[in-house]
Amino acid sequence: MTHHSIEVTDLGFSYPDGTKALDGVTFEITHGESVAIVGANGAGKSTLLMHLNGILTPSRGSVRIGDVPVSKDTLPDIRKAVGMVFQDPDDQLFMPTVREDVAFGPMNLGLPAQDIDARVDDALARVDATRLMDRPPYRLSGGEKRAVSIATVLAMCPNVLVMDEPSSNLDPCARRRLIELLRSFGHTKIIATHDLDMALDLCERTIVMSEGTIAADGTTADVFADDSLLVRCRLERPLVMQGCPVCRGQGVRPRV
Amino acid sequence: MAGIESGLYQLGRIDQLAAQDTPIHRVDPRAKVVTTLVFLVCVVSFGKYEILQLLPFAFFPVVLASEGDLPFGYLGRRLLVAAPFAVVIGMFNPLLDRTVIVHIGGIAIAAGWISFISIILRFLLTTAAALVLIATTGMNGVCMAIERLGAPDVFAVQLLFLYRYIFVLADEALTMSRARSLRSFGRRGMGLKVYGQILGHLLLRTYARAERIYNAMLCRGFDGHVRIMRRLHFSGADLAFMLGWSAAFVVFRIYNIPLLLGLAVTRSVS
Repeated sequence: MTHHSIEVTDLGFSYPDGTKALDGVTFEITHGESVAIVGANGAGKSTLLMHLNGILTPSRGSVRIGDVPVSKDTLPDIRKAVGMVFQDPDDQLFMPTVREDVAFGPMNLGLPAQDIDARVDDALARVDATRLMDRPPYRLSGGEKRAVSIATVLAMCPNVLVMDEPSSNLDPCARRRLIELLRSFGHTKIIATHDLDMALDLCERTIVMSEGTIAADGTTADVFADDSLLVRCRLERPLVMQGCPVCRGQGVRPRV
Repeated sequence: MAGIESGLYQLGRIDQLAAQDTPIHRVDPRAKVVTTLVFLVCVVSFGKYEILQLLPFAFFPVVLASEGDLPFGYLGRRLLVAAPFAVVIGMFNPLLDRTVIVHIGGIAIAAGWISFISIILRFLLTTAAALVLIATTGMNGVCMAIERLGAPDVFAVQLLFLYRYIFVLADEALTMSRARSLRSFGRRGMGLKVYGQILGHLLLRTYARAERIYNAMLCRGFDGHVRIMRRLHFSGADLAFMLGWSAAFVVFRIYNIPLLLGLAVTRSVS
């Protein structure tokens, strides 16, 4: 897999209870791109993410990572290439200590012991969490948990980072640090989020989802300037693009 | 819901105690687990009227707790919390088993009382030993040790996960119970019916979380086998710890040390 493009073609998915979550989603993301996926609650963002590394199997259409289609046989390779950071760090950090949790992925890859140590040290250093190495995950703060869950994925050296709401439940300072951290990664990034300001900061491209379909796909600046689209999809402009509440200045508020 | 909160705090306290660094904490977890097992087997294998011979076994938890810098008050309170179980198990013995077997100072003592005391003593010894083991080794160390000692992988991993998620589960239960009490005024809404629904809801949440955790594991290459990374080093000192204590337990089991001591003292006096 030399080119880590992601190709989603006519993807459709219904949950067993009949809820249609995705209906004909098609897009392509090229190597090194940062893409935000935004949309209202229940628009299908998380369901889409779970198709990117085969947690869910499509009812219709296909997903390809590089030249490899996502299917049962290719799952080990796909999961090596696509690292997924879950929304709730408590779901992601299940081992007794931070060190063991970060080592979980590399150990499953079957690496020799000294390589595992090197990867754990490196991944924790990159998220600035080396001092948390021997702590149990339930003793960490929200921001620390988030940093460590990103490290657990980095330790597998994925080419693509998929993140579900990485900035939720963080205090402003931890959020800012997370954004700087994500900016420093050269990976292809796909970020599902309600934090539109973060999307504006990090992603040059934004895909807007609405009721299981793609409502818009374009540069982040263009998408967030289209007020009628935003209102239709239950969104609004990022705060930095709204008028200053103090000076009532030039910024244009979306009309609802 | 102070119960859940203080329960969590107590668990956290054990973690803190286990994180200390004393000679006892440094002993290899496997040595401690095996020694504790030998201790348990010896203590429970006595006949049901045995009291005297059980006494020397108290050395083990007492010595480990003091060397391991564990606060006796804390251990004592933990023992008291569990004590009602042992009392309930033994409390009918004095009523059912009324054969007089000894007279002390003219008072006839029924066999039932002896076996009751024996049960309480055994409970204290075994529970104290288990507490001391966990407070000097940590739950994770104990799990790892039993895995290395050949217990099925599934068993050790279940224990690890149980311990990891008991905090998350208790937090969720706490939040739900607070939400309930905030909207129940007086006794309304505090009934069993609501309680049942909360439990059911908690079960469903747990189920959903289990699925998410499983997905997170799959994403990181989980193939049905959890590999625990930690190198254990079993040194000569660990071996000495294990063999020394085990030998002592066997001696305590075979010879009635308090009786021999008593005989020796009376003989030298006469």
